[in-house]
Amino acid sequence: MKAQNQELRTTKTRFDSAQRAYIQEINLKQVNKSATIFNIQRFSVHDGPGIRTTVFFKGCPLACWWCHNPEGRSSENEVINGNTIGTIVTVDELMQEILADRVFYEESGGGVTFSGGEPLAQASFVKAMLMKCKENNIHTAVDTSGYVSKASLRQVLPFTDLFLFDLKILDPVKHLKYTDVSNTEILDNLEYLFANNATVRIRIPVIPGITFTAENLDQIAAYLRKFEPHPEVNLLPFHRIGESKYNRYNIKYKMPVQKEPNHEEILKMSSGFRREGIPVKIGG
Amino acid sequence: MIPRITQLRKQSTETIPSISAERAQLVTEVYQNPEYAGLSMPVKRAITFRHILNNKNICINPGELIVGERGPAPQACPTYPEICLHSIDDLDILRSRKKVPFDSDVKTHKIYTEQIIPFWEGKTVRDEMFRQLPDAWKEAYSAGVFTEFMEQRPPGHTVLDDKIYHKGMLDFIDEINSALQQYKQTGDQQKVEQLKGMKIAANAIIEFANRHADALEELAGSENDAARKMELQKMAQICRKVPANKPESFWEALQYYWFIHVGVITEVNPWDSFNPGRLDQHLLPFYQKDIAEGRLTKERAKELLQSFWVKFNNHPAPPKIGVTAKESNTYTDFALINLGGVKSDGSDAVNEMTYLLLDVIEEMRLLQPSSMVQVSKKNPDQYIRRFIEIIKTGYGQPSVFNTDAIIQEMLRVGKSIEDARNGGASGCVETGAFGKEAYILTGYFNIPKVLEITLNNGIDPRTGKMTGIETGNPMDFKSFDELMLAFEKQMNHFLGIKINGNNIIDRIYAKMLPVPFLSILISDCIQNGKDYHDGGARYNSSYIQGVGMGSISDELAALKYHVFEHKTISMQGMLVALKNDFMDYEEFRQKLLNETPKYGNDDDYADDLTRAVFEIYYKAIDGKPTERGGYHRVNLLPTTCHVYFGSVTGAMPDGRKAWTPLSEGISPAQGADRKGPTAVIKSAAKIDHVRTGGTLLNQKFTPSFLEDENGKTAVLHLIRSYFRLDGHHIQFNVVKAETLRKAQKEPGKYRDLIVRVAGYSDYFINLTDELQEEIILRTEQMNGSN
Repeated sequence: MKAQNQELRTTKTRFDSAQRAYIQEINLKQVNKSATIFNIQRFSVHDGPGIRTTVFFKGCPLACWWCHNPEGRSSENEVINGNTIGTIVTVDELMQEILADRVFYEESGGGVTFSGGEPLAQASFVKAMLMKCKENNIHTAVDTSGYVSKASLRQVLPFTDLFLFDLKILDPVKHLKYTDVSNTEILDNLEYLFANNATVRIRIPVIPGITFTAENLDQIAAYLRKFEPHPEVNLLPFHRIGESKYNRYNIKYKMPVQKEPNHEEILKMSSGFRREGIPVKIGG
Repeated sequence: MIPRITQLRKQSTETIPSISAERAQLVTEVYQNPEYAGLSMPVKRAITFRHILNNKNICINPGELIVGERGPAPQACPTYPEICLHSIDDLDILRSRKKVPFDSDVKTHKIYTEQIIPFWEGKTVRDEMFRQLPDAWKEAYSAGVFTEFMEQRPPGHTVLDDKIYHKGMLDFIDEINSALQQYKQTGDQQKVEQLKGMKIAANAIIEFANRHADALEELAGSENDAARKMELQKMAQICRKVPANKPESFWEALQYYWFIHVGVITEVNPWDSFNPGRLDQHLLPFYQKDIAEGRLTKERAKELLQSFWVKFNNHPAPPKIGVTAKESNTYTDFALINLGGVKSDGSDAVNEMTYLLLDVIEEMRLLQPSSMVQVSKKNPDQYIRRFIEIIKTGYGQPSVFNTDAIIQEMLRVGKSIEDARNGGASGCVETGAFGKEAYILTGYFNIPKVLEITLNNGIDPRTGKMTGIETGNPMDFKSFDELMLAFEKQMNHFLGIKINGNNIIDRIYAKMLPVPFLSILISDCIQNGKDYHDGGARYNSSYIQGVGMGSISDELAALKYHVFEHKTISMQGMLVALKNDFMDYEEFRQKLLNETPKYGNDDDYADDLTRAVFEIYYKAIDGKPTERGGYHRVNLLPTTCHVYFGSVTGAMPDGRKAWTPLSEGISPAQGADRKGPTAVIKSAAKIDHVRTGGTLLNQKFTPSFLEDENGKTAVLHLIRSYFRLDGHHIQFNVVKAETLRKAQKEPGKYRDLIVRVAGYSDYFINLTDELQEEIILRTEQMNGSN
C-alpha cells in the first residue's frame, strides 16, 4: 500500500484531478486484488490499436453457439485432462506482465485489452487494473459482451480508452436463442456508453446464417446510424474450431457445419453499413 | 521482366556449376617460373593477378549489359590451389554429391593430376597453417569447440565504400606513386615492394577492361542487330573508360564496380566475395544526373541493375575441399547489398534509388546478391512498409538491421562518426566501416560444448580425450556459482587457444598471401604502404562468433533450477541422464523441456544467465590484440554452424538430445520460446548488442499473419521496438511448413524456393536434410503458436 501511494505521487499521469481523486479513493478501499484469468496473450494485433497484451478473464454469462473460448465460460478454475485451466492473479502480478511489453505499446500505439470471458464480470478488479494502466500511461481497451450491470460499466468508464463492444444479433428472440441471454440490457448499456461519450468499436462475429445475414446486418446498421459520431464496426471472420475442444469441457457444440464466407462475400453483405456512412472493417 | 533479363536470369539459375582449372593453371605457371622466384611476395602476387587477367578467357554473354566473369563462363568456378588444394577425390565428391554438385570434366581432372596437385602439394597456405598451429589448437578444433575460417579461404570480409565513384585506377596509381616516393626516401623496402605490387595490380585491372573492350568491339563488328551493335559499341567505350578513369554515368558506375568485384574475387577467394555496400547512396548521384540530362530512363536504369544483379548470381561460392566438400553445400557467397540507413552527416539516407533497388530485389528473386535494409530511427515508416511487402513473399530477403545500433557499435571501438555512418553490415550480420576496415571472421565458437567439457572435468565425452583443463569434478560443486566459475575457466582456456591460433594464421596470410589489388581499395593501405592482410587498413578487427546462446542459457538455467535450487535431481543423476542421452529418463527430460525457465520468454531467471555467459565470452575476447595491430571482438551468429556444433555435442541439461542442432544466433532454442515474438525480442535485447560486432535473431511468421494490414503494421512496430532496445538485426522467415514438406518430397518442383537460413538465404532444396528438418520444425512451431 505504501509503495503504491509512493508510486502514485511520483508517476506522471495524464488524467485529470477528478480521476486522481477517484483513484486515491479506490486505493484506500483496497478493492478486489485478485481475479481468475485463463490466458495472457502478448503480441495481440486484433484487439484494438497497435500491439497489445490481451488478458482473458474467466467466466462469461453468455453461451454463444460459436464461442471460440469455451474454457472462458466457467468462472471457476477447471482441471481438464490433467491441466488446470485458469489462474488466480493479483493486480501487481498482472501489471508486471503487462508492463513487460511497454516498449511495443509505445512504438505501435498499442496497449492492453481486457477480454474474456466477460471481463466486467470481475469489474472491480478490472477497474483496479485499468487505473494502474492509466497511471502508467498505457492505452486501455475493454472487450465486453455488454451483458453486464450498469454499475460495472460506470466503474470502468473513466479509465477505458476504448470499448470493444460485441453486438451479435439485433433481434431479441434470436439473440436469446443463440447466446442464452436477451439483448435488451446489452443495447441499453451500449446506449449508456454513447451517452457518456465513450469511444466504442462495435464487433460483430461473422457467423453464417446466424449473425451474418443481410437482415441482421441491415438492422444493426440502421440501429447504429442514430449514434453520432458513428462507431466503427469490425466484422470478425469466424473460423470453425474442432468439436474436441467442446467435448473436453463437456459442452455441446451446436454450430452446424457451414462454409466460411470469403472476404468478398463479407464485403458485399456489409454494404448496409457503408450506405449508412458507418465505417466498417473486416477483422479487428 | 523484359525478355533479355529473363534470358540472363535463366542462364544464371539453370547452368550447372562447374569447376574450371583455368585459374589454377595460370597461378601455377607464375609460381613455377624461375624468373619470378626471387621476387618479393606482394610483387609476385601482383604478377600472378596480372597473369590471370591477361590470359583468362573473356566471356561476354548474349544480351548482357554488364560484362566480366571470374571463370571462363557463368557458374564456372575457378580454384585457388595456392590457398587450399583440391584432391581428385574432392573433385569426385563435388561432382557426385547430391546437393549443389560442381561438375568437372576429364580434362580438368587431367590438369589437376598432372600439373596442379604435383606442384602444390605441401606448399599451400593451408598446409603451412596446419604445420604451425599447436596441438592444443588442433585438439580443440577436431573436438568441435571452434571452427577455422581461414583454412580454405583468406580473410576477405570487407566491403567497398564510395571511393571508386570519385577516382579511377589512374588516380589510385598517382596515390601509389606518391606513397612510393615517400617510402623510397625513407628506405622502407617492405613498403616499397607492397606499393609496387599495388601498382602492377592497378594496371592489370585496366588492361583486363581493355581486353573486354577489344572483345566487345569484335562482337559489335559481327553483330547484325543494329540496336545490339550500338549497345556493344557503347559497352566497349565504357570498358575503355572505367576502371581507368572515374565513372560519369550510371552505366559506367555499375561496370566499374563490377570489374573491381571480379578483380577482388580473382586475386584470391576471400570470404563473403566482395560487396559494393551502400549501393543506393553510391548510385543516386549518377542516376539523378543521367535522368536530368536525358541520358537515362527509370526503366533503363532498372534493366542495367537487373543485368548487374545477374552477374552476382553467376558467381557461386568457391567449392570446398575435404570433409567440408561433403558437408557444406553453401552456394551463396554472401555479398550483402546495404540499403537505407543514414548519410555521413547523420540525416535520413532513404532515397528514390533505395526504392528502385527494392523493386529490383523483388523482381529478380535471386540468391545473390543478398540484400539487407538498414533502419535508422530517422528512416520513414513508408520505407519499412515497402520492404515488408518483399519479406512477406517468403523469400527471406531483405534482412533488417539497426543503423543506430551499428553506429554505436563502431563508435564504441573508436571509429570516427563519419566512417561509422558510412558503414553497415555485411556477410551475415557483421558490422564494419565500409571501405576502411578489415573485419575478419575467424571462426565459430561452440559455447555449449565448453559446458559439456566442464561437466566432464576437461574431458570431451564424445572422444574420451582430455581436451580442456581440469576445473573440478562437478559432483563436488557446492553451488551454482562454483559451476559458473569452472565454466568460465574452461571458456577462457579455449578462447585463449583460439586467439593464439588466430594470431599465427594472421601472420601466415600476411607473409604468404598479400592481396595488393584489394589493398588499393581499402583505406589506408596505400598511404600506410601496407597490405590488407597485414594491418594496412584504417581499422582492423577479428571476430570470434559465439554459437548457441539460447542453448547455453537453457542448459545453465536447468542446472541452476533443478540441481542446485529445487534439487529435482542430483548432479550425479543429471550426468547419468546426459550420458545415457535421456534413455530411461524421458519423464525427467520432459520436465527439463517444459518445467524449466528458458531463454526467449522474457524471464530474467534464464535471461540473466544469457547475460552472464555474454560477459564471460566478451571479457575473454574483446580488446585482445591481433598481430595485424587490431583487436579481437565478439559477435553472435551461427550461419549453419549450429548444426555442425550440435552434431559433436552430446545430450545437454536443457533436454536437448545428443547430436541434434544447437540454437542458432541469439534466437531461443527450438521450441523454448512460448510467449510470442515480443517476449523473444525482450529476451534478445537483454544482451548488450552495442558491445558486439553483430548478432542474429530469427523470427518466423506464417504467410497468413502478414496477409493482413494489422500483421504488417505489427511487424513494422516489432522492428522499431527491437531497434529502440538496441537490437542489431532481425530476419523473418515467412513460409508454411506444408510448402516445405512438399518441397522435400518433390524438390524438382521447388527449385526456386528460397528460405532464410541464418543470416543468409538459400535454396531450400539445396540444404542438408538436417537443416531442412530444422527449418520445418521452426516453421511448424510457429504455425502452432500463431
